[in-house]
Amino acid sequence: MPKSAMVKISPKEYKKDDLIRIDSVIMHPMETGLMKDKESGKYIAAEHITSVEVFYGDDKITTMEVSGSVSANPFISFYVKATKSAPLKIVWKDNKGDVTEKVVDIKV
Amino acid sequence: MDRRTFLKTAAVTTAGISLSGVVYGGFAAELIDNPSPKKSYTDALKEITQDKSVKDSDKVKLVAPEIAENGAVVPITVEVELPVEQVKAIHVLTEKNHNARTMSIYFTPANGKAYLSTRVRLAETMNVVAVAELADGSFIKAQKLVKVTVGGCG
Repeated sequence: MPKSAMVKISPKEYKKDDLIRIDSVIMHPMETGLMKDKESGKYIAAEHITSVEVFYGDDKITTMEVSGSVSANPFISFYVKATKSAPLKIVWKDNKGDVTEKVVDIKV
Repeated sequence: MDRRTFLKTAAVTTAGISLSGVVYGGFAAELIDNPSPKKSYTDALKEITQDKSVKDSDKVKLVAPEIAENGAVVPITVEVELPVEQVKAIHVLTEKNHNARTMSIYFTPANGKAYLSTRVRLAETMNVVAVAELADGSFIKAQKLVKVTVGGCG
């Protein structure tokens, strides 16, 4: 089931070739696979984001590898150079095969 | 949406999700016998650098708190003060975590700037290490000791 995610561009006003910061948050439990279930004494299975890919228009511009050492509901922020008007798509994948996508439009 | 509203919404949603997570987790969490495999700092560094040397450099700016009250959410920011064309990736390592290889980000010139900001878990007081992989195949790093009052990995 896709998770809920938010993506924000800052600053709000930018021109062509400006550097813009992309802030992203996805609501994900990020289970590490190390937490014990109190009743059964067994471990709660790992469930965390493993990869994040960023597409700007047709180009894949950034990839990330993520482990369970990243906090729950991962907040990730990075920069993009606004060279063209095109959709910016962020794709989060987790180790259970869950895929979440979020698109924001960059307009220059 | 300005920064304030964004963060507020994120915080509120986070709180809501974590509460529902507790309730939901009681019924449906998948249980397993063995914990996730361990990856030590040495192994993680070796995996990244393939045994190449890593030099300390002031070109890598790592911002992390001196003291983190809550190890579950420790904000860190890494910026490499070199043209993004010269920076292939930033790897974030957490020295004493069960899995020390925390996060990696691979850049292209379209990023404009080699920058990453995120929040990590720290199980105890430890060094956070930012390793930058440069386009010429060399590695530079910066590290910072973060004191943790309450650990974040259960």
